Amino acid sequence: MQPLELSAVDLVTALRQGDITAVECATAFLDRIEATNGSINAFLAVDREGALSRAADIDARRKAGKPIGSLAGLPVALKDVLCTKDMPTTCASKMLAGFRPPYDADVVARLRQADAVFVGKTNMDEFAMGGSNENSAFGPVRNPWDLSRAPGGSSGGSAACVAADMAPVAIGSDTGGSIRQPAGLCGITGLKPTYGRVSRRGLIAFASSLDQIGPMARSAADCALLMETIAGHDPGDSTSLAADVPRYTDLLDKPLAGVRIGRVPEHFAAGLDPEVAKGVEEAFAVLMAAGATVHDVHLPHAKYGIPTYYLIAPCEASSNLARYDGAHYGHRAEPGKGHRAESAGQRTAGQTGGFESPLVEMYCRSRAEGFGPEVKRRIMLGTYALSAGYYEAYYAKALRVRRLIRQDYLDAFQTVDLIGGPVSATPAFRLGEKTDDPLAMYLVDLYTVGTNLAGVGGISFPCGFTKSGLPIGFQLQAPPLAEPLLLQAADRFQRLTDWHRRRPKTIGEVKA
Amino acid sequence: MSSAAPYTTIIGLEVHVQLMTRTKLFCGCSTKFGGAPNTQVCPTCLGLPGSLPMMNRQAFDLALRSALALECSIAPFTKWDRKNYFYPDLPKGYQISQFDLPFSSDGCLEVVDPKGAFEPRRVGIIRVHLEEDAGKSMHDEAAGTGDTRIDLNRAGTPLCEIVTQPDLRSPQEARAWLNELKLLLVYLGVSDCNMQEGSLRVDANVNLHIPQPDGRVAKTPIVEIKNMNSFRSVERALTYEAARQWEEWQATKAEMGKTPKQTRGWDDPAGITRAQRHKEESSDYRYFPEPDLVPVTVSAERIQSIRSNMGEPPVSLRKTLAARWTISAYDADVLVNQGRELVDYFEDLATRVGEGKVASNWMQQDVLRILNETNGTVSAFPVRPEGLADLIGRVKKGDFDTSRAREIFAEMVTSGRPVDDVVAGMGISAVSDDDVIALCRELLAANPKIVADVKSGKEQAAAGLIGQAKKKNANVNPGKVRAICIDLIRGME
Repeated sequence: MQPLELSAVDLVTALRQGDITAVECATAFLDRIEATNGSINAFLAVDREGALSRAADIDARRKAGKPIGSLAGLPVALKDVLCTKDMPTTCASKMLAGFRPPYDADVVARLRQADAVFVGKTNMDEFAMGGSNENSAFGPVRNPWDLSRAPGGSSGGSAACVAADMAPVAIGSDTGGSIRQPAGLCGITGLKPTYGRVSRRGLIAFASSLDQIGPMARSAADCALLMETIAGHDPGDSTSLAADVPRYTDLLDKPLAGVRIGRVPEHFAAGLDPEVAKGVEEAFAVLMAAGATVHDVHLPHAKYGIPTYYLIAPCEASSNLARYDGAHYGHRAEPGKGHRAESAGQRTAGQTGGFESPLVEMYCRSRAEGFGPEVKRRIMLGTYALSAGYYEAYYAKALRVRRLIRQDYLDAFQTVDLIGGPVSATPAFRLGEKTDDPLAMYLVDLYTVGTNLAGVGGISFPCGFTKSGLPIGFQLQAPPLAEPLLLQAADRFQRLTDWHRRRPKTIGEVKA
Repeated sequence: MSSAAPYTTIIGLEVHVQLMTRTKLFCGCSTKFGGAPNTQVCPTCLGLPGSLPMMNRQAFDLALRSALALECSIAPFTKWDRKNYFYPDLPKGYQISQFDLPFSSDGCLEVVDPKGAFEPRRVGIIRVHLEEDAGKSMHDEAAGTGDTRIDLNRAGTPLCEIVTQPDLRSPQEARAWLNELKLLLVYLGVSDCNMQEGSLRVDANVNLHIPQPDGRVAKTPIVEIKNMNSFRSVERALTYEAARQWEEWQATKAEMGKTPKQTRGWDDPAGITRAQRHKEESSDYRYFPEPDLVPVTVSAERIQSIRSNMGEPPVSLRKTLAARWTISAYDADVLVNQGRELVDYFEDLATRVGEGKVASNWMQQDVLRILNETNGTVSAFPVRPEGLADLIGRVKKGDFDTSRAREIFAEMVTSGRPVDDVVAGMGISAVSDDDVIALCRELLAANPKIVADVKSGKEQAAAGLIGQAKKKNANVNPGKVRAICIDLIRGME
């Protein structure tokens, strides 16, 4: 039995049937992480000891016939934006280096309850801000398909670790495409559920009105399995939805006959890589062959998606990140000379470096040292846009456009059941290719931000490969709470294709 | 200000009231005052990464009750906003408050001085909104290190902010209005309004309107006064500030709008206001809708249910008491101003005695006096209405006079024993009519001069007999002795 090759669904079955123990399973993945993480840098923390002791406990309970969770023994990787009481939680930021939350995020608690085994915390763009994973304070993640390329972001570590068989499944978060885009660039399947479907409690906030947690796995079926555990109402998150959680895995195997899929012609305008365009068109053909019909739909305000997103998200982020001041937890700048011994009154402005007091100096320097350049850029953008005199022109207007974008989606879903298209305009780009051009980097979210602004769900899965061997992703978006249809369509596609079964070639060591 | 003042003082108030919830506004931590620092905290009120707020429904209901009692309109749809500012005792870097859609607005509260010190004043309420409190910074200035210690136990406590129109016209009115507001909120059971514990805080905005010879009214720049820790301080600070602004006006003729709004802190020991640093007043709070909380809708049924459980507010209770017990407006005011418990005590007593005026006199002259002397509360007062009613009944029956009854009452308060026990213990026994008559005959025989005086029409001469009667038997009722003696003397004719 080679656990690395099994899907999560098959692993859970094999574990239940005793074909493999939880310890054997965890060991296989932990060994794989040990062998490959040096090249890929997908994990910021690996909890070998914790994972093995948990796996041993699960095996013992199973053996003794004691109650056991629905995912018993399944290894799961967690994006480092999720609070875990037994592992550090850093958001890939120096600001939170060494931070250990005193509590588990709701999703983590649910997975723990289901007896999943956490292998570690995955790398990401700092505070989930970025689309390449190059904004991590702990180094970029490398794309397992080509180590010179970015895995996408911000959930780049979660995507890469699944692509490289370091974990069968991972949890990511998606604010403007952060699950779907890296899933697309790494050739895996990632679901961004409807806003509120999965509790945000314990998810370190980037942009609260857009953030949503979701599963990342090799297949839609594996995503469905995870959704059954992580979705559901949480009284501790007032934005979480009270709707019942369907048995997603039971709803997969249905024909696509009669399902209407929208195709947005604007998606195929200039800027879309021809190989990606070809892959996406072929995916439509597969879905049609499966019984779906394809219809042109228009999202007239989609062109305002990027500017709208890059106002709303930084505004919320500027407020959400105000709490990191070095005083309570995380990074604190070393006190300057005479930080405590001399009071501010005894020092001249020159001696305090222009700070009004040693305390203010500590705050300012902690933030200056703790945050990376992209985080600072967004804090400044958001602070500016919310300021008196600018609020109406920027934030208030962005909120109005956001409502129009949501209305576009709701209108389109009057005539189609799903909207299909590319996940991103190009396959994985080279590390460093866009780092000097923040605007070019913001455009990697072009096809994904609308889903978040509208609060609906979306799924991304592989639909082909470029000649150079890079995965091409296909995206489906659905009305609120239509995750069963998203998963059903993606699963049907995966029953008819084998793109999702392809694995990257042996990953060798690379020199940094 | 006397009517001779060459200006009118214009005052508006901003009052923050802590609501009496068991737990905080957005988490389950206790709101109890006085705990060891930083022991009533959790990830949410500490603002730890990943924590989320959950609205406390009880706090919202108490806030609704306050707003309804202040005759505000209740918004059917209200939302939360973030007020962003940076301060060491604000863990999230923002306060969850309400900005452009407060849950209530446009109310009023009237204040009347029963002695007529000022005209009845209806003070408009611009808005009442709900927000969370910050923590507490304790500046350790004594140690000389400039250290500040932070206690976050208070962070997240529900606060109602009440903002008035600039309708008050004197520091005395402002103080009286604050007393009325506090009384109302305590009656409603929404806050204990304890200023020492910070559960009621007041900021005041004040300026002067100065009529000019050309008929125009000059307005001095508005000053916001902070750091007032009692209603008396509010009155003093406003009085000082009005005088200061008048002096400044005479020197500079500076008018509103030409200089930015100033914030001044009240220095109570020095009795003056001081300008605060300009930086603290130029904040841009960058308000925006709080994305972690859903908007709140308030149904007509919910408003109705809160209204029907609100109890009678002081302003109408004064009228009710005066009418029901035929007591004066002044008496009703004194009783109502002592709080609901005392009013309940009074009504119980009056019902048992069957007469409001007597009960009211006993309340004001005896019960209240002792409560004030002992700093006691009505609920802990050892003599309950039935005991006091018993005593008053015995006085009415003529068993003893009022001054004797006061002695008995004092002993009832000290010992907590009922009337009969105290009477027996003090050796007091009711004297029978026959005994009184016998005693009077004895006294008349021994005092022919007094008898003669009374006969000649000087009835007041009988007073000389009463002192003697008391010496012979301390338990006799002086009024009765006087009446019987006069009767007997008349009978001699």
